Amino acid sequence: MSEVIHADHHDDHDHGPAKGLKRWLFTTNHKDIGTLYLWFSFAMFLVGGVLALVIRAELFQPGLQFVQPEFFNQMTTNHGLIMVFGAIMPAFVGLANWLIPMQVGAPDMALPRMNNLSFWILPFAFGMMISTLFMEGGGPNFGWTFYAPLSTTYAPPSVTYFIFAVHLMGASSIMGSINIIATILNMRAPGMTLMKMPMFVWTWLITAYLLIAVMPVLAGAVTMMLFDIHFNTSFFNAAGGGDPVMFQHIFWFFGHPEVYIMILPAFGIVSHIIPAFARKRLFGYTSMVYAVASIAFLSFIVWAHHMFTVGMPLAGQLFFMYSTMLIAVPTGVKVFNWISTMWRGSMTFETPMLFAIAFVVLFTMGGFSGLMLAITPVDYQYHDTYFVVAHFHYVLVPGALFSIIAAVYFWFPKWTGKMYDETLGKIHFWLSFVGVNVTFFPQHFSGLAGMPRRIPDYPLQFADFNMISSVGAFIFGLSQVFFLYVIIKSIRSGQPAEGRSWEGAKGLEWTLPSPAPYHSFTHPPVVKDEEVLG
Amino acid sequence: MASSARVDKSIYFVPESGWYPVFLAFGLMVMVTGLAGWLNDVSAGGSGDSTQSLIGFAIVSLVLYSWFAKVIEENTAGLNNESVQRSYIWGMGWFIFSEVMFFAAFFGALFYVRTFVVPWLGGEGDKGITNYLWPAFEATWPVVQNPDSALFENPGQSMEAPGVTDVSAWGAYLPFYNTVILLSSSVTVHFAHDAIKAENRQKLIGWLGFTVLLGLVFLVLQVAEYIHAYQDLGLTLGSGIYGSTFFILTGFHGFHVTLGTFMLLIQLFRALRGHFSPKDCFGFEASSWYWHFVDVVWVGLFIFVYVL
Repeated sequence: MSEVIHADHHDDHDHGPAKGLKRWLFTTNHKDIGTLYLWFSFAMFLVGGVLALVIRAELFQPGLQFVQPEFFNQMTTNHGLIMVFGAIMPAFVGLANWLIPMQVGAPDMALPRMNNLSFWILPFAFGMMISTLFMEGGGPNFGWTFYAPLSTTYAPPSVTYFIFAVHLMGASSIMGSINIIATILNMRAPGMTLMKMPMFVWTWLITAYLLIAVMPVLAGAVTMMLFDIHFNTSFFNAAGGGDPVMFQHIFWFFGHPEVYIMILPAFGIVSHIIPAFARKRLFGYTSMVYAVASIAFLSFIVWAHHMFTVGMPLAGQLFFMYSTMLIAVPTGVKVFNWISTMWRGSMTFETPMLFAIAFVVLFTMGGFSGLMLAITPVDYQYHDTYFVVAHFHYVLVPGALFSIIAAVYFWFPKWTGKMYDETLGKIHFWLSFVGVNVTFFPQHFSGLAGMPRRIPDYPLQFADFNMISSVGAFIFGLSQVFFLYVIIKSIRSGQPAEGRSWEGAKGLEWTLPSPAPYHSFTHPPVVKDEEVLG
Repeated sequence: MASSARVDKSIYFVPESGWYPVFLAFGLMVMVTGLAGWLNDVSAGGSGDSTQSLIGFAIVSLVLYSWFAKVIEENTAGLNNESVQRSYIWGMGWFIFSEVMFFAAFFGALFYVRTFVVPWLGGEGDKGITNYLWPAFEATWPVVQNPDSALFENPGQSMEAPGVTDVSAWGAYLPFYNTVILLSSSVTVHFAHDAIKAENRQKLIGWLGFTVLLGLVFLVLQVAEYIHAYQDLGLTLGSGIYGSTFFILTGFHGFHVTLGTFMLLIQLFRALRGHFSPKDCFGFEASSWYWHFVDVVWVGLFIFVYVL
């Protein structure tokens, strides 16, 4: 290898990106990689969305209309897996890539080549996973939680590909998280102490820690599955002294921190947007940091609340019920602080703010249904019903997803140098807001009345709620295609944006011009308290 | 190559672009899809074909070789300032933490089985009703009589350590020797580190070479132990939960020892080529942290898998 190493001149750092496909394949730039992550997650979001619409189309009326139960199971399973691992998580990593180096005053991510690797593993992993749908015997059909023995003894042969795809996704997440932690801990501009870090950076620091702690546990779980399937071990088979319930314990030890991985960065985003449009400093910054840390800690000791009906000692049920309820305290602190930030602020309601306020209201509703589910005896009634489906869609769709959309609108001018079209943005918001509630609110009622989840057919008594829900799903799905239109139109013909694109926006990224230069801060900026603390 | 005098040390080195990552991702995909196809074919009664997975493995190895060579080259050229070095340190530290959590999953499975599952299957405790499934099953650890021995053949014997007083049996007990070997190797790798600090290259090569040798002896003994288990004791992956936990824990540990030995071997080659100085020996340090990590895991294994 005889190439010249390009770091010996200052001006080498000022030149722009390479041209063509190579730029995207070989890039080490945090902005390019962030863009790749965001577009990839949007593509996966549309794929997962199509699967969701297959589900809702089938459930529009009782009886079997379009698909067979075997195929329906593959739809629910892959919808969940694609949305969790392909849409929400990569979207947050994309935002982290774009924002963290700019927000801490760094030139790039700490380990730029590994950053590229974390991204490029994903298209291959999801290519593998989606290809299983076309294999003999079909794709994964055991639910996104892949409980043994459905995923071992009774699984289609394609499960082996699924297992390796999960291994690859886990490796990608772990490397991405190591990179984020190294960037935050090592590359902050002088003067940016930990307690002056922007909330998005704080939430991602803690999220990355959660990811490194639990992704390997998921790898362990699928490895034991692999051995049970191919090497005759009996981890999840009682006939050999193992236990299928043990799979659930290991899965949810990963799974519960995982659901906070999908919401903590959302907390960070909302903590930037609300102060900007209320034109006030974030209320209770310190308590926000401690609340996120407490939620992360609690996430490790609540996992068995997903398994109350599967059978466990009474002491276990009590412990997991109370520890789960405890999470409402730090979460309540956060909701209180967001509302207090808005209190007597000079508020305006641009699109990102609308999505952020909808987040606070609807996420809180999802939180309350979560509290209901935490009560063990009551959970016996709710478990595996549409009430659970309504609960986690309320925290994931108007929760995690709305925060991502809000972030896209909020930082869009910084990324592209263009403003989006405010009218179109507001139309997108109201369509999404109506769509999401029409889809998921009725599911509370069908769930409380006893409609089980993951079934392609149901008794006539649930027909009305399901019909409304399906109509809402199609409204919501189409409004996300509209979102794509808004974004592309704004990139092509938006009005030029200023460096500080929003009057009330604070933070180092807003001190840069829009669009941000290819290399953000080659030399660390001066950190002023009024800038970073709002 | 850039001379180090021209390098601006205040700039955090960001490589312009690189072909390694995307090829590595591609190689990994080729390797694991090949492996999945191979496993599925064998499990379906076919003969299996490992070609694709080996091609994938070759791609992965080649890319990793070039990637690491490039990083070492950049480091020699003086591009990595102190801040970059700190990123590497954080990176390796958190990578080892992720490995700790990987083993935690298997240790967790072992503890859950021993504390809850086996007693319940034997009719004791809160979920003792499980005993109705196989009323003849008795809870013991190691499990030498499986609940359904038609599905999972009983192991002939376990790998349990001999009693404290049984000195002659310890003399023939391989895991005991392996413990001594691995613990000593952690000390010898530390001596090698001291030699770098003292800029004594001969000592460095000597102690590092000795550490690699101890790693290899450990691996040979573990292979011997596995052969003994399969051939003499009738203890296999398929002999119920005892065999499952035993082989997955010791097997993944052995795999990590293999990796660690390989890493140390690379550092030995680098030491022979004159790499490493007291202030610049991250490759060596990272490998030695990894080595201490596999050592600590082994102590956990020895206590919870063999002795208790």
